[in-house]
This record gives sequence, C-alpha cells and structure tokens, in this order.
Amino acid sequence: MSMLLEIDGLNIAFPTRRGTVHAAKSVSLTVKAGEVLGLVGESGAGKSTIGNAIINLLEAPGRITAGSIRFMGEELRDLDVDQMRSVRGKRIGMIFQDPQTSLNPLMTIGAQLVETIEKATTLRGRDADDHAVALLEQVGITEAVARLRAYPHQFSGGMRQRVVIALALAGDPDLIIADEPTTALDVSIQAQILDLIKSLCSERNLGVIIVTHDIGVIANIADRVAVMYRGEIVETGDVAQVLGAPQHVYTQSLIAAVPRADIKLDRFTSVDYIEGTTASFRRVDIQNHWLGKSQQRYHTGSAIEVDQLNLSFVLQKAVFKRNRRMLQAVNNVNFSVQQGETFGLVGESGSGKSTVARLIAGLYKPDSGHINIFGKDINQDRKASNSHAARQALQMIFQDPYSSLNSRMRVLDIVAEPIRFYRLTEGEQETRTIVTDLLEHVGLGAAAALKYPHEFSGGQRQRISIARALASRPRILICDEPTSALDVSVQATILNLLKDLQQELGLTMLFISHDLPVIRQMCDRVAIMRHGEICEVAKVDTFFDTPQHDYSKHLLDLMPSMNLLSDPIG
Amino acid sequence: MDHVDDKPMTRWQRFKDNDIVWSFLSSPGAMIAAAVASVMILACIFAPVIAPFDPFDPAQISLWDGKLPPAWVDGGQSKYLLGTDNQGRDMISTILYGGRLSILVGLAAVCLGMVLGVFLGVIAGYLGGVTDAVIMRLADVQLTIPGILLAILINGIGRAALPYELRDEFAIYVVILAIGLTDWPQFARVARGATLVETNKEYVQAARILGLPSWLIMLRHIVPNTLRPILVIATIGLALAIIAEATLSFLGQGIPPTTPSLGTLIRVGNEYLFSGLWWITLFPAVALIVLVFSVNLLGDWLRDALNPKLR
Repeated sequence: MSMLLEIDGLNIAFPTRRGTVHAAKSVSLTVKAGEVLGLVGESGAGKSTIGNAIINLLEAPGRITAGSIRFMGEELRDLDVDQMRSVRGKRIGMIFQDPQTSLNPLMTIGAQLVETIEKATTLRGRDADDHAVALLEQVGITEAVARLRAYPHQFSGGMRQRVVIALALAGDPDLIIADEPTTALDVSIQAQILDLIKSLCSERNLGVIIVTHDIGVIANIADRVAVMYRGEIVETGDVAQVLGAPQHVYTQSLIAAVPRADIKLDRFTSVDYIEGTTASFRRVDIQNHWLGKSQQRYHTGSAIEVDQLNLSFVLQKAVFKRNRRMLQAVNNVNFSVQQGETFGLVGESGSGKSTVARLIAGLYKPDSGHINIFGKDINQDRKASNSHAARQALQMIFQDPYSSLNSRMRVLDIVAEPIRFYRLTEGEQETRTIVTDLLEHVGLGAAAALKYPHEFSGGQRQRISIARALASRPRILICDEPTSALDVSVQATILNLLKDLQQELGLTMLFISHDLPVIRQMCDRVAIMRHGEICEVAKVDTFFDTPQHDYSKHLLDLMPSMNLLSDPIG
Repeated sequence: MDHVDDKPMTRWQRFKDNDIVWSFLSSPGAMIAAAVASVMILACIFAPVIAPFDPFDPAQISLWDGKLPPAWVDGGQSKYLLGTDNQGRDMISTILYGGRLSILVGLAAVCLGMVLGVFLGVIAGYLGGVTDAVIMRLADVQLTIPGILLAILINGIGRAALPYELRDEFAIYVVILAIGLTDWPQFARVARGATLVETNKEYVQAARILGLPSWLIMLRHIVPNTLRPILVIATIGLALAIIAEATLSFLGQGIPPTTPSLGTLIRVGNEYLFSGLWWITLFPAVALIVLVFSVNLLGDWLRDALNPKLR
C-alpha cells in the first residue's frame, strides 16, 4: 500500500535565549491510508510539535532544520504559504485538544461549518448548507438541521468536539491530525469520540495521527504506535506488539507506570529510566523523628464523618427567589472515613467530589449537614473550627502543581510556614533542620530549600506541596486529584511516595480522582459520586469486581481497556 | 528520582536570569529612557553638589544679574549658562533644585496613592461582598471627578485648615496629600483585579486550610503577587504625579515661589514670556517634558515586559 504521509529524518529546533532546544531529532514516521497511528509520549517529548510541523503551524521561533515531510508524494516543505493553506483544511484536517477554544463562540455552528466548506470545496449556498447537515449527521449529531443555528455554548463538551471533527472533515481530507482529542473530556465521552474517529477512519479510508499522552487511548484506537521520548522516536510498531512486548527500555517503564485496574499492587513499578539518574537520598527514620511525634489525641471512631451534607451554588443572582438559578453541588452526602484508611472519592467532572473535599477542608460552609472530624463538628462553633489543633490535623494537596505554591516565596519559607505559624519548634534552627529533613524525605535534596518554585518541574512541585502539607504534622490528608496534571511516570513516583508516607505516619487519606485505576491502587474503600450524590460506597476490590449501582457498572465499562497489555515486566 | 543536587542560584545569577532584566537589555528604547530618566533624577537629587549656585542663598543672588539671557545670546554671561530668572537666580541651579522638589513630590504622592490603593484594593478583592461594593463604588465616584479638580479642592481645603504662618512651610505636604489622594482609585482597581485572580489559586486555599488569619494571607501571599501590575501603574503614575504637581504649581495652588518647583518656574516665566524672556519658561518646561516622557516610556516598556501576552 502506498504511503499517505512519509516523514523522514525530521529535525525541529527552537532557538531560545538559553540555548537551542531540539524538539525533534531525526524523526521518521509513515502513515498509510485507513490507518490510525498513535504518537505517544510524555509532556515535552515533542509529539505535538511534529503534528504542528506537518501543517506548518510551528510556533515561533521553532523551525524545521532538516528532513522531509512528503504528503501523497508531495514535499510539504517546498510549498509556499498559499499552497500550504490549501493543503491545510482541505487535504489535512486538524482536531485540537480543547473544544472550548477551537470554535468561535460568536458564530453559529452552521456559519462556521459553511464557511469552512466554502473555503475548502466548490460547494456554495444551499449545497454547502446541505453538506454541513450531512457532516453533522456523520459525526453523530441528531436534529442536524436545527442544530446548525445553535451557538457553541449550547453544546456540551463532547458535542462540541464532534463539531470540531465535522469541521476537520469539511474539506474531505485524506489525513487527520488529532492532538489530544479527548484529554479535555470525561471518560464516557472519550469512548464515544474515539469510536467516532475510528469508524470515520475506516469508512473514509483516512489516515489518522492521534497525538496523546494516554496509553489507554492508544490501546483502544491505534493500529500502529510510535513512542516518543525527548524528541526522538524510540520505538515504532504494531500496537499489540509495542504495548504487549515493548522492546525499548523507555516503553517498558512507561507501560509499567500505567496504573492497573485489574489487580491491586503494593507499589507502582518504579520507572527510573524516565526520571533520569537515581540519586540516592537520605530517608529519615520518621517514626522517631519530630514528624512522627504528632500530639496524639486519642479518639476512637471515624476520622471523618459526613452526615446529610448539602451545598448549592447560585448560578444566577436575582432579587426574587424563584428567579435564582441554583446548582445543587452536594446533595445529601453521607460517608465516614476510618482512621488510617484511604478513602476514594470518584466521579466525572461536575460530580461534586472536589466540592466535598473543600467542605471538609473548611473552605466552604455547607447549607446543611454536619462534618465531624475526630468527633468534633467543624462548623458547629467557629472557635472549634478555627482552633489550631483542628486546622493542624487536616491538610490538603491540590491538583495544579503550578498554582499551589506561592511563586514569590522560597521553598524553605513555603514548607516552614505551618511550623513557624504554629510555633511547633523551639527555634529557627530546628525549623530549618526539620524542613531539610522533610525535603529529603519527599525525595528532593536539601539544596531545594533555597530555590524558588519556578525552578522545579511539575512532579517536584507536587513533592514540595506534600512537604508543606506534612509540616503541620497532620493526621488527615486530603488529596484532590494530586497526580492528574502529571505525566504517568511522575504519577507513579508521587503515588508511591504518598503510600509510603501514609504507612509511616498512619495518615487518614481522602483521595479524590476521576481515574479508576489510580483509585484501585491507592484506596481501601471508595465512594462513587454523580451529580452531587453518592451512588455507591464499597470496598475497592468489591467495587471493581462486583459493582452494584448502574452508574458504577457504566463507569467501569468505559475505562480504557488495557487488554492488549500483557503482564509488564514480571 | 526528583532529587535536586545542583546549587541554588546566587542573587546575582537570579537577577541576570530574570526575564524582565533580559527584556530590558534587549530593548534600546527602554534603555535610553532609563538612562535619561536616571541622569535627570540623579542630577536633581545631587543638586546641592552639582548646581553652580544655591538659589536659596540670598548672598549668591544679585538682582543686578536678573533677567540675563542664556550665555550664547547677546548680553548673556558665561557664568549663567542658561541665563537667569527675574530675581537673578541661575536657571540651571533653579531647574535642578526645582526638579528635586517635583520629583520628591511625585514620588511621595505615588507612594501615598499606592499604599492606600493597594491596601483598599486587596481588602476589597479578598473579602468581597459589601466591603468590596463600598470601597469600589467610592473609587468609581472619585473617578467621575477630574483628578486635577479634586487635587485643587483637597489642596484648597488643606491650606485653609492650616494656620496662616504655617501655610508656606507645609505647602509641600498638602500638595503630596492632594495628589496622593486623587491617585488611589487606579491602584485600588488594579490591586483588586489581581487579588481576585490570586485568591482563587490553590496556594491561597492552602494557606486558608492552614488556618492563617486573613490579614496574614493578604500580606504574605497576595500582596507580593499583585506587585507586578502595581509597579507598572506606579511608574506611569509617577509621570502623572509630576505633571499634576506642575499643573497645581502653575495655577498658583501648589509650591510657593520662594521654594520653586518646575511648575512654579514655568508660571513665573509665563509672566515674562511676552517681554521676550523666553528662557525662564522654556528651560524648565523642556526639563519637565523630557523627565515625564522618559518615565512614561519606561512605564510603557514595563507594562509590555510584564504582560506575557504581548511578548
């Protein structure tokens, strides 16, 4: 079969003031018609750069320094701007990550489709309208004629991504480049979109390049896969072969780092290759350390007890009550977390799981209901909730490692803030020793103390967050999607760290995530949330093996299947 | 592992690595503006050292030397390079001393406006609700009145409140107060906006979970993170405050003629403009324009450098 796209020895360089970054180093790829090629790699691997280079949309100052990109036998690098523009959109379609921003919010869906159709084809007027309707039907949008007059904000995220796919199809392209097409979507919608791309590919005999960080997506959709690492393609091949029997060390550790949903492991497989050198660091004997000696206040019973919790947000303000629009974010939620247990809270976006975490942390006040922490109602009287002991006992780790640290403070001051504020030590000297020990213990060197947050990577920042949370010697740790902003290899090391800390310090953990395999690996019990209500609370193994609630079954079905993956490394 | 072994950067390395510094060194316009502004400001600060005469020392002033034109014009004397004013004071010295006063008033007024504005703006943004509404509506109301009019009003009230014999002595403080009080709404608006953005970030939530009191969160976490945009309007505000002082003095509302500022000099010169004594007005005016222009350019550059969207 002839090759649709052939990339040969492609080099892409980004000259910056701190030296040239080589985003792609002699990359060679081929895509056949009717084939889905998965381009997988972690952040910074250069996978999106290659997608952009094909359609000549490299961000300044990036440029191609060597190699060729042949599309249907034609060298794309030789085309001028006008010729390139006619290739882009007509013969090569693009699907971007965020359906929120890839549509113009001020134009109707129909106007945007017709505009693209008239640019890319010879169809005009009514014919273009008809073609727009046909395209929408093809991507599975019902009542297409009426929908043409709708604006993007009237569509849900998944529907919007369907419209984006329809736009990409408008010029009847031969190749589609999809850059993280499902990353911004919930699992249930992700499955639908992937199915759609897959079926379009075989119906229209399209070539598809799907750029993603998610091995689950690759396993579900791709025919062949190319694995990228720091600008180089380390392994190419058939999906079953690459994911089942990876040859390259990087691919092996990458696949090993993906949390498994089928069995619970003690620890994640360590992925030393990805993180680079394994500097040995001093671990502190934590039980006998200052950190282990939290003021033990004996309490029998649950650590957290949530009783009939309700909270609604005002969506639209109005003077009269009947005109107000409210969102019931948390609806009669009950659960309890035992001491020393890891309790998982699972749900799709908008299910209210983060709101529950923030209620327990005291950031929001509930409309009704009680939250007891170690038997004390935190909202009963203000004194109890603000007392130092109550505040110290509970800390939180956030999702976004970039906004969760104050960029104007040194790491030393960030981590020492709780210690200094509660005067937990005898003096400044002891504080510094403890901060250094903490940083060592979470896997950062002592040298980290004098740096500023912007000098660290996402995973390292998350370690700083953990150190800060531990500095007040808490007994409950709330983790709100602590790893969803991180690469899969970094995720494995962070989750291992959290597991270790929990065992060493006997922490009670409330673990919030949308990622079911992560939940299986981390949690003892799990609660499934949907539309602010709890559907099911179960032991984690029971939940995965015999889910009771319909929604639980639905969620488990949608989990990207990793059947292709044989047992990785042992 | 994420082990960090390399040494932390020294302050100097950090400074050199800074994006703002880099942007400054690669922007010739900003460098020229900074050079001009700093030469003028330094010259004014060191006026007692640099100036050939002390315009406030009656022993050095001689009315016989009054109204002399610049040295290169017929009748000019070489010891008075830019000529003398109506009282026989050397123009160069008077401009340097006058500029000193203008810059002092400008800086002090901007500081006053900034402290007041940031204080109120951060409180409004962080606490929200009624506090926010009251503070920001107050700012809106004040913004409906032209700044210079309000400054004249405050200045007038301030003077009237002082006993007659203290008026000249305290005139400078009254002017600072008048300009500073008209300045704060700009600062408050920007500080409030930045505070709203920062308050929603997770590091502030972490501080709240820790149980830090609100004032400490604002002081330690929010204020340092709102300073970038504040710095921009403070720089442009400095230029505006110098102009405002000059305007007040020109209208005879500001600094008394016994201790002239640039604005006072221009006003005095204005009276002699039609007698052909152009230099008494022209040179202070040029000094004022160059100073304000270069500070303004610097402010514009800073705004662009700190806005990642324009880079």
